[in-house]
Amino acid sequence: MRFMLLFSRQGKLRLQKWYLATSDKEKKKMVRELMQVVLARKPKMCSFLEWRDLKVVYKRYASLYFCCAIEGQDNELITLELIHRYVELLDKYFGSVCELDIIFNFEKAYFILDEFLMGGEIQDTSKKSVLKAIEQADLLQEEDESPRSVLEEMGLA
Amino acid sequence: MGDPLMTLPELIRGVRGARTQELVQRECARIRGAIRTGDPQAGTTNLTKLLYIHLLGYPAHFGQMECLKLLASPQFHQKRIGYLGAALLLDERQDAHLLLTNSIKNDLAHPSPCVQGLALACLGCLGSAGMCRDLVGEVQRLAGDALAPMRRKAVACAVHMVRKVPELSDIFVPICDRLLKEHSQGLLHGTLLLITEMCERRPDVLNHFRKAVPRVVEILHNLEVSGYSLEHSIMGVSNPFLQVRALRLLRVLGQGSEEASEAMNDTLAQVAMNTETSHNVGSAVLYETVLTITAVHSAPGLRVLAVNILGRFLLSRDRNIRSVALMSLLRLVRVDQSALQRHRATVLACLRDPDPSIHRRALDLSLALMTGANVRTMTQELLGFLETCPPAMKPPCASGLLFAAERFAPNKRWHIDTMLQVLTMAGSLVPDNAVSRLIQLIVGAGELHPYIMRRLYGALACDISQQPLVQVATWCIGEYGDLLLADSCEEAEPVQVEEGQVPALLERVLQSHLSLPPTRALALTALMKLSTRLPGDIDRIRRIVSVFGSCHDIELQQRAVEYNALFRKYDHLRASVLEKMPLVRAEEEEGAEVVAPGGQKRAPFSTAQEEPSQVADLLDLLGGPPADPLVPAGSDTPVAESLLDLLEDVTTAPPIPPLRVWEGDGLRLDFAFQRPPADPHLLLITASASRTQPGTTLGFLLQAAVPKALQVQLEAPSGTSVPGPDGAPLSQQLRVRNPGQAPLRMRLRLAYTPPAGVPVQETLEINDFPAAAWQ
Repeated sequence: MRFMLLFSRQGKLRLQKWYLATSDKEKKKMVRELMQVVLARKPKMCSFLEWRDLKVVYKRYASLYFCCAIEGQDNELITLELIHRYVELLDKYFGSVCELDIIFNFEKAYFILDEFLMGGEIQDTSKKSVLKAIEQADLLQEEDESPRSVLEEMGLA
Repeated sequence: MGDPLMTLPELIRGVRGARTQELVQRECARIRGAIRTGDPQAGTTNLTKLLYIHLLGYPAHFGQMECLKLLASPQFHQKRIGYLGAALLLDERQDAHLLLTNSIKNDLAHPSPCVQGLALACLGCLGSAGMCRDLVGEVQRLAGDALAPMRRKAVACAVHMVRKVPELSDIFVPICDRLLKEHSQGLLHGTLLLITEMCERRPDVLNHFRKAVPRVVEILHNLEVSGYSLEHSIMGVSNPFLQVRALRLLRVLGQGSEEASEAMNDTLAQVAMNTETSHNVGSAVLYETVLTITAVHSAPGLRVLAVNILGRFLLSRDRNIRSVALMSLLRLVRVDQSALQRHRATVLACLRDPDPSIHRRALDLSLALMTGANVRTMTQELLGFLETCPPAMKPPCASGLLFAAERFAPNKRWHIDTMLQVLTMAGSLVPDNAVSRLIQLIVGAGELHPYIMRRLYGALACDISQQPLVQVATWCIGEYGDLLLADSCEEAEPVQVEEGQVPALLERVLQSHLSLPPTRALALTALMKLSTRLPGDIDRIRRIVSVFGSCHDIELQQRAVEYNALFRKYDHLRASVLEKMPLVRAEEEEGAEVVAPGGQKRAPFSTAQEEPSQVADLLDLLGGPPADPLVPAGSDTPVAESLLDLLEDVTTAPPIPPLRVWEGDGLRLDFAFQRPPADPHLLLITASASRTQPGTTLGFLLQAAVPKALQVQLEAPSGTSVPGPDGAPLSQQLRVRNPGQAPLRMRLRLAYTPPAGVPVQETLEINDFPAAAWQ
């Protein structure tokens, strides 16, 4: 996978993950172009389109478009499953996820994505183990933070 | 500093509510300030806010150093945010990217697996080649350690590393060999992925892993027969991600190796037949199977199975699956067309799909499936499509149809009919050469002319807006208009055409604002031709032509004036000038417009005798090879000449007799003369050398000198060898300028090598030029 984008129906970018180093300017251009193309698609059209030299797989969940750009020889149908798996992970983590969750907790959405995919490929095929890994990291983060706040409370920070 | 720093939620809410960018810019400035002062407490909040602002599209490069600082912190939360920032702001194009190396190295050796995971994730997404080389040792250690909790992540990271630096594959090959024996599905997935990447980039590694085919087959087989697994199954399909990975690897390993392909045949068949396709997941696995079967050396039965699966996909209600099937079939049809013929009907049905990408692919596939056998029915269907398809699709459909008609037309009439239909439906969206090609065909189909004329006349009478069709019709009416009046055609319905209607129709075309300039030019010429073809009164035609003598369009005006002249001064020549067109060779590409004679100026007049048919040759519209071999090689670009000048030549200049200059050694040299009226001082001599006996004279060179009062200029000869009596003579043009009209004398030097002999030089003096040559 070259990159994954999440954006709303109004064309606001909610998440972007690039698996190939690109300049900021180029990224902006590609995002703008692709958003235009995808938002212009009618609901009855298929989820795949050819854009530049890549294949783009997109799916709309409620008000968010999940868009992946894959290479020519990759399997589009399994990419749809990949997108669905990510949505399931978000759903499990946030508890019935909606766009607002992703807006206000974008860094968590990124953490989940980074636990699920690496270099554009799936790291682990088990939903359970991905969720467990994130849980562990969250726990570690809390542990780290709590002793500090105790010190702060005592005024020794 | 003023107000306390906002928290992230406050910022987000603020941005969502704000109408201007002021809030964001203010916050950016604050964050910048805070970073400078290095406030540790607010570090994570600030960076997170900055990343949010970056997501909105604002520049955030000043946060790069803050990322580096945070990820080096011992606190996990700060590390986490720091690494996130690095992933978003510090890709390998940035200068500060290299500074990550040390931190990642330290974190890879960190006691906490979560921290290791962060480092691996960072390296595995955007690590540069240099960084990969530096850190491969650590990753190797983690990937090879059976007890490492982050083993899976290390393998995933290795995938990125071998993509960046294929040489590192050597390090990971032994690790993969060991990993293949594992049973954990998650780990196997990463392993198969890593092996696939390495094999795709290194042929030696590919050879090495070919022997792993049985193991991969075993993995796949186990997945097929294993039951439901809570963790890994989706919709009843066992671990589809792993299956697809395995199939992909089999594809890579099987390509180019008969042996490997054979080992996987059975399992591929098993997967192809047993996978449930009630949901997208099953179809995804099946699709990958089909891709693999068609790519490796499969048994023929298996290939047929694969094509049939794709055929089944075409009937699916799920549009995505149809689209994917069409794409695969399009790739397959280039390799093996006959296998796909049975799915033709389904493909044609896809033409009616509302999704443009689907019916575009269906069109490409239909065109690719056309053969001599099915061309009639396919064309019928595609013409139906052409009629109703959106304008964007008309050009590819039209050009595809015309191309196919060209290749597979069963007979001329069908071909012409089809081309006419395409022109009617596609309007001006046909490819450029369609008009000329159709005209070419029509000229060649003499026996069909009555039929064609009726059809074209009918079409033109209905609609004069489709330019290509109008152009073809006007040209044909001009050429064969007389056939319209004879009502001896059984094939089309008898159309009563009055004599006056034909010029009237052309006049309509001429005057319509829908007609493009080339169309009008054609119409004008067609009218002129009709003046000789139609028996009746030509006054009407004369009238129209003279009106256009003052037209704004220069091309039309010029033609009208010339045609007027044809009516007035040169009426006796009109019939021969406007004779029927000869059959055109297939290689010609120009359109059927009247182009004034190309080639050398005055070329057709270089023979002493002119026949009236020479004048008709002037109108050899399609620029075939010059009729006259005396034109020297490498003639210059066509000069658009007025017909009038040439016609005046015909009537005023009496021909000058040619001169036999020299004969000997089986060789003969003749001079032919020409005095262009435009330039009384110029004499054009065409020297032609030919042989009287068989054999070839080589190295023929002519040099000429004239008295001081005159000038001579020799142009390039057509060659240097004179062929035998059957061949075309060698010719060379000489231009003699004689301002004082002095008596013409010339000294010539000939150099040549006879067929069996030594080179010879001859010097001649010519004093007996005909008087008309210089007076």
